[in-house]
Amino acid sequence: MTTDDLIARLTGELKPVSRLAVFWRVVIGLGISLVVSSAMMYFWLGMRPDMMTAAGTMMFWTKFAYTLILAVAGTWAVKRIAYPLGSIRVSLAVMAATIVVMIVLAMAKLAMTPPDQHMAMMTGHTVAVCTRNIVLLSLPLLVGAFWVLRGLAPTRLTVAGAAAGLAAGAIASLVYSFHCDESAMPFIAVWYTLGILIPGLIGAIAGRFVLRW
Amino acid sequence: MNPVETRLKELMLASLDGDARSYGILLNDLARHLRFYFLRRLSDAHKGDADDLVQETLMSLHTRRATYETDRPFTAWLHAIARYKLIDHFRRNRIRVTVPLDDAEDLFAVDQSDAAADRMDVERLLQSVPEKSRDLIYRTKIEGQSIAEVAQSTGLSEASVKVGIHRGIKAIAAKLKGRADDDR
Repeated sequence: MTTDDLIARLTGELKPVSRLAVFWRVVIGLGISLVVSSAMMYFWLGMRPDMMTAAGTMMFWTKFAYTLILAVAGTWAVKRIAYPLGSIRVSLAVMAATIVVMIVLAMAKLAMTPPDQHMAMMTGHTVAVCTRNIVLLSLPLLVGAFWVLRGLAPTRLTVAGAAAGLAAGAIASLVYSFHCDESAMPFIAVWYTLGILIPGLIGAIAGRFVLRW
Repeated sequence: MNPVETRLKELMLASLDGDARSYGILLNDLARHLRFYFLRRLSDAHKGDADDLVQETLMSLHTRRATYETDRPFTAWLHAIARYKLIDHFRRNRIRVTVPLDDAEDLFAVDQSDAAADRMDVERLLQSVPEKSRDLIYRTKIEGQSIAEVAQSTGLSEASVKVGIHRGIKAIAAKLKGRADDDR
């Protein structure tokens, strides 16, 4: 095909583009995979049985706020990196600051607790499954985030993959917090955070293969 | 603001609203810019890939045009895509080069130099040449491809490529002579 033929074809196919097209692609991609991930949590793990009483506790909302901030920052990163010159520095800074605050809070909590209880606060009763479950819940979201980016124009694929993975991990940890009844700050700071960083790493590695265009 | 940016951005904004005529002008313009951009960056052995890269870039522009943010410079956006395509091309072909950290100016820089005016003169002259010869002259004299390369890519024999170029140059010479006569 000659370039002239191509131009004729593309010109013939031209349709107006909404200024919100990228926004909607992010909403649709992550929205559908959020539903899938939530359904996975609901039918496979189940909601925490004490949901009603938990909703009155400070710890539930701390967990909620922590994962929500990371999820929003992650989603924003996916949208930003979808543009050819996109940078996710702001989102990463917000995520890093949030994680640091959580770690500081967790350390303060440990400092106020007798040392013989430290171990229990770190391991809770679900330490064996927490991070793994978040990573599993993040997989549909990772697919969704990759779908979003594959239709757009990220030019730094490893960074784009990392953004997709962090967003997927953060949203998955938000979903998981409706199942998980752990309430110790140090537990959240370690295992939830790990559950967000591991999908980030998976995304960064997969990005340069999956996101090529 | 640089006039090329202003013009191309206007065309792009109209294209995003679905104006096919502006879009056609934009793509034709960009095809030319991109061709020079890629030719300058490809080694002699890979000059033949320039057209593929131009087409891939235009295709990407088309399918990913929603990622152009209208409050940002258009040339920078297009340059980022062209540069991505070039690096991807190197990677795919396992060519070990480092792409210089050029910026968007490079893609359109030719237009701001005297060379641009010269090139426009050349192009105007070339317009007066029959289309077949024009293309042959363009490829050999301006892009610097060899007769053999052009013969291969156009499917003509080397002899007819030479004849075509010769005819074209004669036409140009006649035109220049005519113009000189007018001046007198």
